[in-house]
Amino acid sequence: MPATGSFDYYILAFSAITVIVTIWMGFRSAKTSKSASDFFVAGRSVSVGWNASAISGEYLSAASFMGIAGMVMLSGYDALWYPVCYACGYLFLLLFIAGPLRRFGAYTIPDFAEGRYDSPVFRKIAVCFVLFIGFFYTMPQMKGAGTTLAYIFPGLPYWVGVAVVGAVITLNVALGGMKGITLVQAVQYWIKMFAISVPVFVLMAVYGGYGSNLSVNKSAADAARPAAIEQSAAPSTMDAAAPVRSALPDKAPKDESWIAPFGPLTTKAVKSAAEALPEANRAAYLAEYQKPYSLLYTFSLIVALVCGTAGLPHILVRFYTNPDGVAAKKTTMWVMILIGVFYVFPPVFGVLGRNFLPELYSATGSKGPDKVVLELPTLIRQKYGVLGSILSGITCAGAFAAFMSTFSGLLVSMTGALAHDVYGRMLRPQSTAAERMKMFKWCAVLIGGVSVILGALVEPLEINFMVGQAFAIAAASYFPLLFMSVWWRGMTMKGAATGMLTGGLCALFAAAMVNVSTLAQDKGVMGKLFSGFNPMNTFWKEHPLLRILCEQPAIWSVPLSIGLMIIVSKATRRTIPADIRMKMLVLHAPEKLGLKQEYIQEHQAGAGH
Amino acid sequence: MSDTPPDHTDFIHSEEFLHGLMKRQLKLSITCAAAFLIVLIGLPLANYMAPEFMAQRVGGFTLTWLVLGVLFFPFVWIIARLFITRSMALEEAEVHLAAEGNRNRKS
Repeated sequence: MPATGSFDYYILAFSAITVIVTIWMGFRSAKTSKSASDFFVAGRSVSVGWNASAISGEYLSAASFMGIAGMVMLSGYDALWYPVCYACGYLFLLLFIAGPLRRFGAYTIPDFAEGRYDSPVFRKIAVCFVLFIGFFYTMPQMKGAGTTLAYIFPGLPYWVGVAVVGAVITLNVALGGMKGITLVQAVQYWIKMFAISVPVFVLMAVYGGYGSNLSVNKSAADAARPAAIEQSAAPSTMDAAAPVRSALPDKAPKDESWIAPFGPLTTKAVKSAAEALPEANRAAYLAEYQKPYSLLYTFSLIVALVCGTAGLPHILVRFYTNPDGVAAKKTTMWVMILIGVFYVFPPVFGVLGRNFLPELYSATGSKGPDKVVLELPTLIRQKYGVLGSILSGITCAGAFAAFMSTFSGLLVSMTGALAHDVYGRMLRPQSTAAERMKMFKWCAVLIGGVSVILGALVEPLEINFMVGQAFAIAAASYFPLLFMSVWWRGMTMKGAATGMLTGGLCALFAAAMVNVSTLAQDKGVMGKLFSGFNPMNTFWKEHPLLRILCEQPAIWSVPLSIGLMIIVSKATRRTIPADIRMKMLVLHAPEKLGLKQEYIQEHQAGAGH
Repeated sequence: MSDTPPDHTDFIHSEEFLHGLMKRQLKLSITCAAAFLIVLIGLPLANYMAPEFMAQRVGGFTLTWLVLGVLFFPFVWIIARLFITRSMALEEAEVHLAAEGNRNRKS
């Protein structure tokens, strides 16, 4: 750890280079992107390689880069579902949604919503959700920014870091637009990949491999076999070949629950409920409820992450930047490979962090396990001196790339929604292109400002956890909308809107309830700010099942949303769009048949152009 | 695009073509999704039903950690790869089918 009050110049240098290169690329591309469509979808002419790197770059956020490692360190096995489902959610997108949406050829999800149901009202609803999900997703990025800056400059308040990074990226987006972003995102993927893999290999060379570090953590089954192994937290020298670990503090979860499924992450609610019971009943209560509830938690998490990926607004818009449907499919394949390879690495940091940096367990907020990726490489300093600083500098640069690229992408899609939809279509439909470009910049500043304020509030929450909730909201709103609209022709606008709004808002409300009650427990400023919600925690203790269902709402909100869509659509069958067969043909028929052009011609003829 | 106004009585615009098209696409997607979901849902269930089996050590990893943390990714790539090749072949076939269907209608 760098001594308090001073900072490491290598770390500062690497981070500064990343930021400067990002801004420079933004400004450079600002000169080449002139037209409005350049700003919105990069002129639709990005090659497969560039686009795949750019999607991956945008997707690998602070949650992937820092949050997963922190969560694996904190919660062990259960946290592995996050990287796996982040990567595999893409498969669902590929199987059910990417192709048809691409053929339909709308700019954004609101465009799709309007085109599919011929309803400008529905467009407005969809726009609201772009903003809801976007803001939920920017909060963890902001926490990543605050955490990293507080690490580089010890003593710097968390909120200053949030504000500085927010301002820099907002400026960059306001000047560059998406054309700049594509290039920046693609480069940043490779920065992140380099920054996560190189330190892992060096660390493994010094401290032993992934497997041998895991083997230090004894599971319940291992403890049962050789009776000699003691379960103490003392530094163990059990095996000459196995890496030596540091002592675990009391706050760290025990080995056997950490390495096994159904560990601390998924059993938290039941455990705190058990604590409220009289001592004698606790064991029986835990034996009865712990595992089934935690299985439920796991399934709900899986649903949220897998379906949620398909509904992230800033990811979907990228499918439109491919020249054709075949390229869109190839891009998705490459994205899955690029992010899959990446996601093997962060859990390694978590495992190594547990063995060698256990003091992080005792800290909270931006000083806790969320910064294990940044902190771990400095351990090498003791052995190899400056190499440790350089490696830590590299991971810091990666962290910057992570939250900068995701936040830029979100800012573009949210600003796009606000400038293109709210201003350009609702408020001033007659505005000129120049006015819209100007508005794009002002919207970027507005959204950047709101994101900074929200980000400053969430220091006590885990990065990865917040992202999971954003996914749960997307899973209950956009995923049912897209999935059902593409595959069921009986959907009506009213059905789609009812399902999406109810599902999405219920998930949003449930997640927010859990978050404010967690914030109320914080010992710092946030605890005082949210102290009104403290009674909620007593309620959660009495109803652990409800807490799980609110913390991970996807398992009920996704079926609720789909169910409502079906029921309401059946009830309003008469309002199915008249040219539904043509719409479905455009969604499903191969692009070579040229149905899209025909559809546009007819629509324009019908609209009296 | 030709200058002639689109003819809505041809095979491409028929209910028959659309129905078959969607059915074939959905079948392919659902098959691939099923392969994925069996593993995705099966793994937590295996952890639940056979915890000791899943906790056995493989090169330092527990079996379940190895599956979820490493092996799952290549598995998903295989499914994605299969889907992409199949769906591109399917599109080719649909284009042929549509051309043939149109010819049959006219004659």
